[in-house]
Amino acid sequence: MGDHQQRVILAKLGLDGHDRGIKVVARILRDAGMEVIYLGLRQTTASIVAAAEEEDADAIGLSMHNAGHLTLGPKMAEAITAAGLDIPLIIGGIVPDEDVEELMNTGIAAVLGPGASAEEVVATVQDAISARDKA
Amino acid sequence: MGTEENQELNARKAWELEYQKASLRDSNFETMSGVPVEPVYGDDLFPGQYPYTRGIYPSMYRSRLWTMRMFAGFGTAEDTNLRFKELLRNGGTGLSTAFDMPTLMGRDSDSEWSLGEVGRAGVAVDTLADMEDLFADIDLSQVSTSMTINGPAATLLAMYVAVAEQTGVEPHQLAGTIQNDILKEYQAQKEYIYPPRPSMRIVTDMVKYTTAEMPKWHPISISGYHIREAGSTAAQELAFTLANGFSYVEAAIAAGQNVNEFGKRLSFFFNSHSDFFEEIGKFRAARRIWARWMKERYGATDEKAMLCRFHTQTAGVSLTAQQPEINIARVGIQALAAALGGTQSLHTDSFDEALALPTEDAARIALRTQQIVAHETGVVNVADPLGGSPYVEWMTDEMERQAEAIFAHLDDLGNGSILEGTFNGIENGYFVGEIADAAYRFEREVNSGRRIIVGVNEFTDGDNPEDRNLLRIGAETEEYQLKRLNDVKTKRNQEHVNSALSEITAVASDPTRNLMPAIIAAVKTYATEEEIANAMEVVFGTYVEKAIV
Repeated sequence: MGDHQQRVILAKLGLDGHDRGIKVVARILRDAGMEVIYLGLRQTTASIVAAAEEEDADAIGLSMHNAGHLTLGPKMAEAITAAGLDIPLIIGGIVPDEDVEELMNTGIAAVLGPGASAEEVVATVQDAISARDKA
Repeated sequence: MGTEENQELNARKAWELEYQKASLRDSNFETMSGVPVEPVYGDDLFPGQYPYTRGIYPSMYRSRLWTMRMFAGFGTAEDTNLRFKELLRNGGTGLSTAFDMPTLMGRDSDSEWSLGEVGRAGVAVDTLADMEDLFADIDLSQVSTSMTINGPAATLLAMYVAVAEQTGVEPHQLAGTIQNDILKEYQAQKEYIYPPRPSMRIVTDMVKYTTAEMPKWHPISISGYHIREAGSTAAQELAFTLANGFSYVEAAIAAGQNVNEFGKRLSFFFNSHSDFFEEIGKFRAARRIWARWMKERYGATDEKAMLCRFHTQTAGVSLTAQQPEINIARVGIQALAAALGGTQSLHTDSFDEALALPTEDAARIALRTQQIVAHETGVVNVADPLGGSPYVEWMTDEMERQAEAIFAHLDDLGNGSILEGTFNGIENGYFVGEIADAAYRFEREVNSGRRIIVGVNEFTDGDNPEDRNLLRIGAETEEYQLKRLNDVKTKRNQEHVNSALSEITAVASDPTRNLMPAIIAAVKTYATEEEIANAMEVVFGTYVEKAIV
């Protein structure tokens, strides 16, 4: 992959409108040299997959604050696989520690909790992308 | 004696007269050591006097403590009903309802959008049947109820009126507040259904209806809370909130309402964050600015229509997921700032809210925290105890100065109308851009270590994630609610539903008619929230925000 600028799709899936975190993450990833495509609020798994295909994205990031992660996270992961995309899905937001393992078992590449530093955010996204590239 | 001294003397005399009329709580009003204290200190401006910088009542908390209003709602309506009764038994004095995301967005539990969200972040309400369960065995003529809902606010208010009617309680007996502040949805919270202009028509219809039928009801709670949570500064929270207030006033005046009538029924909702003096300055400035604008710009002559009454909630966004128990200290400090700022009601956040919805224990600790402020600290004995402090007065002036600069920008944007300036600011991304910039600045400071958040970027030892006991809402809530909705749909008279919905669409198409009676009629047929939302959507359209980072 080399000099390819990493391209990340960020979106809010479903009804949850808490967008403070995802907007900050968008700027952090941009500052780190990535290309960020923020789809905005009220996206569906279909609209996110379509955008990822169209933009040839390297990763998808979802932000979840309404305790819907155990339902919507795996649903999104399934939709990505069903579309034949091999890119990591990262979830950020309010996710209790004990749910992280379950999410990881359903195909989510990484979970970023509240208080993650900018460095952690960037490293998590980069690691998830390179793990997929090596696989 | 100079004129100035005369005025000061007159101000004191006028205040004393008002204070003597007030009934006081049964208390000695002395310190813990037995030193008696005056109801207020200082010489020039007194509480209850225009522009109310020092408080809206002459006797403030000596007459009545703030209402301890704890926001609650999760799972099914029956679950939340139990929590309500528990809060009332524990000395809570007002009910406050949190609805789940589908309810807030005007979606039914069986909508495909609702998957994974039913009953999670609040209570699920689809039809009047859920509202009947929510308020079962609570005498609605005796409590004051706050409902936090905006996009579909008219429908939820209609359901509340209908439930009350079933138990023989008339609309004029109902006391409470519905948030119904749609403008801040486009700016911060993002729970809108229709575009801004038709949404303002619904709000104005509700103002008209409640002004005529529900004199004890506050039809809008103009809310800065969410603006702050979304990342704004204190001054932006103050300015955007009051500007939204001016917008509702301009819309109501344009609709022929009397500013002295509906002005009395407006109330506000602010955030109390951790920067202690900035918050207190913000609360004081809010009262002063609101009074001046209502009087000077909008021509209010009744003093009650100039009062900035407000509810306060401690800052959820300040709570940390790391070492969550230390959030109890943050909440205590924020609650104290709200009391010193003269709030009329207060919700204190539970320490576990950065992790999940609060457990019953955490909610109890939060209530106890504000009870300590009210009953142990003595701050309730003296009105505006920090008034006259050079720093506090300077901070109040500074908050006002920053807010006025923002009003001038919006006034300019709207060619002399704050309402049009606000519509334009929503359209051109001004509000969301300003808020996102402020949020990012804050995160950079935390990330660089220039701003210390205890437990997050400093003092991080002692976090024990394995000890946490969090509230979990299982899938059974969703299953129960889907069955309940299906049962209601099966039993209701579909013809009645259909004709009530058609009537809503007809009224929506005619801006001279008020939507409230048609919505009340529809909820009584057990039409669902989403059906009612759709009946208006065919006329009003929907709103999609441009995704701006």
